[in-house]
Amino acid sequence: MKPAFFRPLELFESATSYRLLPFRFHRQDDCVLLTNEVGEFEFVDNAEFSSLVARKLERGDTYNSLKAKHFLSDGDVRVPLELLATKVRTKREFLSGFTRLHIFVVSLRCDHTCPYCQVSRVTQDRNRFDMSVDTANKAIDWVFSSPAPEMKVEFQGGEPTLNWPLVEHIVVAVEARAALETRHIDFVLATNLSALDDRVLAFCREHRIHLSTSLDGPMDLHNANRPRPGRDSYERFKTNLSRARAELGHDQVSALMTTTPASLGRVKEIIDEYVSLSFDSIFLRPISPYGFAKRTGLDHSYGAQTFLAFYREGLEYIIELNRRGVPFIEAYAQIILRKILTPFSVGYVDLQNPAALGTGVVVYNYDGDVYASDEARMLAEMGDKSFRLGGVSDRYEDVMSSPRLQRWAESSCLEAMPGCSECAYLPYCGSDPVQNWATQGDTVGHRPTSEFCARQTGLFEYFFDVLRNGDEFTRKLFLAWASM
Amino acid sequence: MAALVGTEDLSGYLAVISEEGGPRSLSVPLVHGVSIAHLDDRDIVHINRRGYVRTVIRNQSVSNSLFATDRCNSLCLMCSQPPRETDDRAKVAELTRIVGLMDPATKELGITGGEPTLLGEGLLEIIATCKARLPNTALHILSNGRRFWYSSYARKLAAVEHPDLMVGIPVYSDIDSLHDYVVQAKGAFDETIIGLQNLARFDVPVEIRVVIQRHTAPRLPELAEFIYRNLTFASHVAFMGLEITGFAKANLDQLWIPPEDYRVGLEAAVTRLATAGLNVSIYNHPLCSLPESLWSFSRQSISDWKNEFPPECEPCEVRPSCGGFFAWNLNHPQACKVRPVTTESLRSTAS
Repeated sequence: MKPAFFRPLELFESATSYRLLPFRFHRQDDCVLLTNEVGEFEFVDNAEFSSLVARKLERGDTYNSLKAKHFLSDGDVRVPLELLATKVRTKREFLSGFTRLHIFVVSLRCDHTCPYCQVSRVTQDRNRFDMSVDTANKAIDWVFSSPAPEMKVEFQGGEPTLNWPLVEHIVVAVEARAALETRHIDFVLATNLSALDDRVLAFCREHRIHLSTSLDGPMDLHNANRPRPGRDSYERFKTNLSRARAELGHDQVSALMTTTPASLGRVKEIIDEYVSLSFDSIFLRPISPYGFAKRTGLDHSYGAQTFLAFYREGLEYIIELNRRGVPFIEAYAQIILRKILTPFSVGYVDLQNPAALGTGVVVYNYDGDVYASDEARMLAEMGDKSFRLGGVSDRYEDVMSSPRLQRWAESSCLEAMPGCSECAYLPYCGSDPVQNWATQGDTVGHRPTSEFCARQTGLFEYFFDVLRNGDEFTRKLFLAWASM
Repeated sequence: MAALVGTEDLSGYLAVISEEGGPRSLSVPLVHGVSIAHLDDRDIVHINRRGYVRTVIRNQSVSNSLFATDRCNSLCLMCSQPPRETDDRAKVAELTRIVGLMDPATKELGITGGEPTLLGEGLLEIIATCKARLPNTALHILSNGRRFWYSSYARKLAAVEHPDLMVGIPVYSDIDSLHDYVVQAKGAFDETIIGLQNLARFDVPVEIRVVIQRHTAPRLPELAEFIYRNLTFASHVAFMGLEITGFAKANLDQLWIPPEDYRVGLEAAVTRLATAGLNVSIYNHPLCSLPESLWSFSRQSISDWKNEFPPECEPCEVRPSCGGFFAWNLNHPQACKVRPVTTESLRSTAS
């Protein structure tokens, strides 16, 4: 058999010139980052970028990569568009099923008096600040009005264990109803662990309730950040962490930290504390501009650049730990890397486009008010009920189809927001109309003066720099985090 | 199968094959004077009017396939089974008959060609017969996927509801023109990619097969990224070495690339997909042609009757787990360079 009848490659190449498909770009020092609607990205050098947009890019590796990632098309455009459409559906899968996260604020009371508290907790008056059974039952009806087949019910406070019988009531009622409707519900208890008794633990074990707790760092830092009578927050945390892990299983307890001015400069110690308590990840979080943090001025105690330096030092230390053979993850990096490096939807409600207000999360406050997000009720505790959806006695259908809710969704679509619509990091970012409102006075917000935007942009610049210039170990580690 | 031909009652037998001569007249067709030493209980043979005896199914083999047709709508540069324009109208009846004769305990059965989907509805009939007669047999169909561009055809395949079926479909490049060149059919890439998506839409499991040759080797990492982003649903991705027979042999000087020239790209591609959680394999590569980091992905994929080792492999300590060589690749010196792996050679590469 002679190969003579095979036709050469040139005959299979498109004779027509290429057209550009939608993309955004960000100029860096020596190159340009291109990203498209579904989060695929490519770096090109400045000369290539100029040729690309002038429709003069020659065929070659860059041309091919841009074509394969659907930045340009030189043939039948229907196929790239159909692939892009499929990928958009995959990336936006979090929208299907509607509200999946339901937060019950069962009590506003707390034994801690943290100055950065986002919630404006109270220390007394059980009757006024605990959720009633009647309110809880109505809220459960709301939960099951959402069409989602899989949902998460989270107990928040204050400190939810201070109104424990109500938590038990809700869990039992929700489980019974979920069984009838063949839905799957996960439970999360956000607790400082200080009031963890045998009854709480036994119930959590029986009903597989995950504990989400707070640890700010070594003893002195944790106790300074999280004051309680006796100044023993850390000691109680440590003792009860061991008990909880022994009872519920090691992986059933996770922890969050909040960065205060006292944390700055101590990120390695904070991470070491997490490692020594055998946590496998940390979430390096800035202070949120609500509640006591706002009242005490803590929300302005450090700027975005200070936080970024803190974060970066922490992340680099975590990478170093991994290099030394200690597997450990930074949770926010993992969220962002999933958005950058996988085709999948990431169900993290605080960084969604459009924002998760109502469509992704609903908060049932102790007093029966229903809010569009955790931040929305924090704002309400400060006297601003702009993001109150309604009350548990209102009809779910009326509230969830209200023009207000639709307006928030519309005004939080990054594609339509000034300063975001042309940003190359849009596919990986989210918006928070509540935070815009709280810090800048309107839901759309103003990007050039937004701390949130400055922080996010700094993070994206850092991650893309590592993906382009980082060493092989770090790039592989990031891939591994994204894929977990 | 009758071991001895005499005057026994032959009712229930379709034909007789005999090593010796035979009686002149029997109630069933007779082929005599041929060797039957290679045949086993429950093997299936095809006998034609001129006395040719072809083994169709070897019951003891794990690599049995039904050859659906010799025709193909592609003309791949490295096709190991070059297509022929033949009349395959009788094929559906023949293959469903074979399926009916097969041992229901058979674990795996392939359907290959040519391009099986050219049988159209006939292929679906064969698959439905497999489902009915061989409900416990995993079915693996090798197709170029182009016909599944028609979502109606993908939907019909799904509607057969075969319990354990996989369609293996090659994707040679993330670049349409390069894929089209390799399969020598303009528009094939678009048809195959949409075909794969259609199959996924109807929940038909698919496997992606990448044959590595000189044209496809340079963009393996980019191809892996394309697969991950666009064909995330693939149940399995296989990177395959070249089988030097058919067109591959005729075009060898254009196609051959030594494994050492693509090992870095292959490692990046395999690692990318495996880290992302996809099921990845490397086929048709001896272990010594791969970096050690990829050994766990290497499968002994070459059909038993095609698999051989050159004499230089004698001292090798990893031979029992080695992918080995296509027998015909051994005729080409460039395709069978071996570095026998011994405890010492491993130690020296580690240091």
